[in-house]
Amino acid sequence: MASEPLFSRRNPWFVISVSLTAALVLLVAALGMILLPYAQKDIKFAGIWDAICSAAGVPTARSASAPIEPGFKTSDVVLTSGMLSHPPAESIGRGATIALQCAICHGPSGVSQAQSPNLAGQYASVVFKQLQDFKSGARVNAVMTPFAVKLSDQDMKDVAAYYAYLPRLPGYHPASDQPQPRIVINGAPLRGIAPCGSCHGRIDNKTGSPWLEGQSAVYIRTQLEMFARGDRRNDISQQMRNVARAMTPEEIQQAADYYASQSPTGIHTTMR
Amino acid sequence: MLSNKRLVLAHFLLAFVLFGVALLLGAWQMYIRSPLHPWLSNPELYYRSLTAHGTVMGYAFPTLIAMGFGYAISQLALKQPLVGPRWAWASFFLVAGGAVVAMIPVSLGWASVLYTFYPPLIANPLFYIGVVLLVVGSWIWVALMSINLRVWKRANPGVPVPLAMFANVAGSYLWGWTAIGAALEVLLQILPVALGFKHTIDAGLSRVFFSWTLHAIVYFWLMPTYIAYYTIVPRAIGGKLYSDTMARISFILFLVVAMPIGIHHVFADPEVGAGFKFIHSAFTALVALPTLLTVFTICASVEIAGRLRGGKGIFGWLKVLPWQNPIMLAVAFSFVMLGFGGAGGLINMSYQLDTTIHNTQWITGHFHLIFGGAIVIMYFAIAYDLWPHLTGRALTDLRLMRAQLWLWFIGMIVTTFPWHWVGILGMPRRMAFFDYTSPELQPEAISVIVSAFGGFILVISGFMFLAVLARGMMTPRTQAGEYRFSVAVHPPVRVPVALNSHGLWVGLMIALTLTNYAFPIFDLAVRKDTSVPAVYVGAR
Repeated sequence: MASEPLFSRRNPWFVISVSLTAALVLLVAALGMILLPYAQKDIKFAGIWDAICSAAGVPTARSASAPIEPGFKTSDVVLTSGMLSHPPAESIGRGATIALQCAICHGPSGVSQAQSPNLAGQYASVVFKQLQDFKSGARVNAVMTPFAVKLSDQDMKDVAAYYAYLPRLPGYHPASDQPQPRIVINGAPLRGIAPCGSCHGRIDNKTGSPWLEGQSAVYIRTQLEMFARGDRRNDISQQMRNVARAMTPEEIQQAADYYASQSPTGIHTTMR
Repeated sequence: MLSNKRLVLAHFLLAFVLFGVALLLGAWQMYIRSPLHPWLSNPELYYRSLTAHGTVMGYAFPTLIAMGFGYAISQLALKQPLVGPRWAWASFFLVAGGAVVAMIPVSLGWASVLYTFYPPLIANPLFYIGVVLLVVGSWIWVALMSINLRVWKRANPGVPVPLAMFANVAGSYLWGWTAIGAALEVLLQILPVALGFKHTIDAGLSRVFFSWTLHAIVYFWLMPTYIAYYTIVPRAIGGKLYSDTMARISFILFLVVAMPIGIHHVFADPEVGAGFKFIHSAFTALVALPTLLTVFTICASVEIAGRLRGGKGIFGWLKVLPWQNPIMLAVAFSFVMLGFGGAGGLINMSYQLDTTIHNTQWITGHFHLIFGGAIVIMYFAIAYDLWPHLTGRALTDLRLMRAQLWLWFIGMIVTTFPWHWVGILGMPRRMAFFDYTSPELQPEAISVIVSAFGGFILVISGFMFLAVLARGMMTPRTQAGEYRFSVAVHPPVRVPVALNSHGLWVGLMIALTLTNYAFPIFDLAVRKDTSVPAVYVGAR
């Protein structure tokens, strides 16, 4: 037994098992790569090689015409986690200077008196992305757009770094102990709505999602309504539009009131 | 002949302690998302528990069982002291340490990505490092099994390798090769992102790598169970193994065809071509072959035992089987669950039928029935069978053992049958809560409650099992006698070299991996436009 060669043409086990395996691979490949593609009547192939490439998963453009572009500008900002997380001190300093022009709406200390978002302590990636979208036209606002078009990429990073550096101010939150509405803590699974906190903090933070605690209820409600109507479209892959469209007006109001009543100092963010 | 009892015992003890913890988590998950409990206000807790449950039950528990059982087989079947006991201990501590390192970030909520990783979700790097340590530890075991067999072969030229060791080494090679897929995924794709060197990940390629591991790992889990079917059951019930050759063919078939089939786990993924999905589907069908061979051989072996006990007629042998013997009971339950689970598996492997149950609770039901049911119940049997030889103390409480096995069987059926059913109704898996007040989900509520009670039964049974082993530690010392594996009706005298070595089959396994995986991996690896931003879990 020990002297029998294993990998030899004289060993029937070797010959039969290798031939059977090879035959099986060829048969199954012929079925899957040639016969089955042709069995699909709605797909036309230029030739057998085309069919094989299609079955193998090589991407091909099935239509000669150009892809249909949407009639509006979409966001082209690519955010990766941690991309703006450690700004140099000069950047914060420059940002403070640029941010003087923001103070009239967003407050001298980044806390708004004007139903505009509070930016003090907001994540840098959030401020940066929104400024980029205002500049590119993916998000349109009569007040913000003229400011944003003048800013360079570095200006935006500086402003974002400055606001991220400011401490979150608690403000006045008399109703912060009200119970959490169900739409906030659980979302609505059957309508595809995740809990707000799975992206906006409390449960988890996803890159590009702002924290919402203490923001103006009017602002939050307006944005949700704009997402729902499709008037605001700079959310990546329609994440917020899909959520907002499925929310009822009462739920939008509940979520807005709830977040407005919370203090931003107690935001739970799991930092590594 | 078991000179390294502590080594084997350490593996089994750690495995069963981890199993007990993960079992509790599993039952908590069933309860928490059933109508018996209001919705969790923080679904992250659910995913944290789910990650821990999956990581322990999928990686740590079966790997430790396979390793411990493998060391026992190597000594008992080859009748030689274990070669490399220090390496074996080192690998044990690597596996144990890896499990701890992985569980720290999971318990802190930094790694709620489930045991299947799900890129672009990215957890704390410690989670992946822990899993890698666990796998590296188990690779030492793979090497040790191979070395032990080689040492024995050199000392025993021309003698057939004992079946238990032949199968054990086949299982270790299968694991060695199949774990490479997940290792490539973690080392090349996930860890650079988790450590912050990159912020984008090719999720499609990662999933294809994982599918390389994900199906064959099931057969690695299955190996100790199949080894027990062939080499423990016939002896334990007083029969003989029907065919040694058939057993060897089953194990080498597992080695060859368990590997090139994993893409049936990504049927719904657009990044893999339909042709490759068909090829993997076809090979998945082939993997039924060694299981059918096994069912046939073991039923024949059990019939031999029945006839030896004086059973007559077509079914008379069934009645006289030693049903009071826990091993008999375990194998019967295991086969019933394997039958149902296998039938469900035929749906999963079919490209078209799979679409109806894709990502539903059907899948959860399926792999719990196969793994938690058919496989784990035989892990219990292995422990019951080996324990007296490991501890030098008899397990005397046969009634408790039988009750435990009955409860595990009943619990698993009560858990998984409603799961399959709600899956057909369309209930998705991996959800922390369901709105049972909705008219769309209301019909599923009762099934989910029943299923949760099944989970509670499993907890009771699991702890009865631990109690049997714990009580076995307290009985007076006895001589367990020599450990014996089953003897075949025709014990092998001369075995063809192909059935006495693994080289040919490992070669075919690698060749089929290349034919079935090389192109999908290469295609995704060279494309520049397949990366997506990573989504960090539990961190900003």
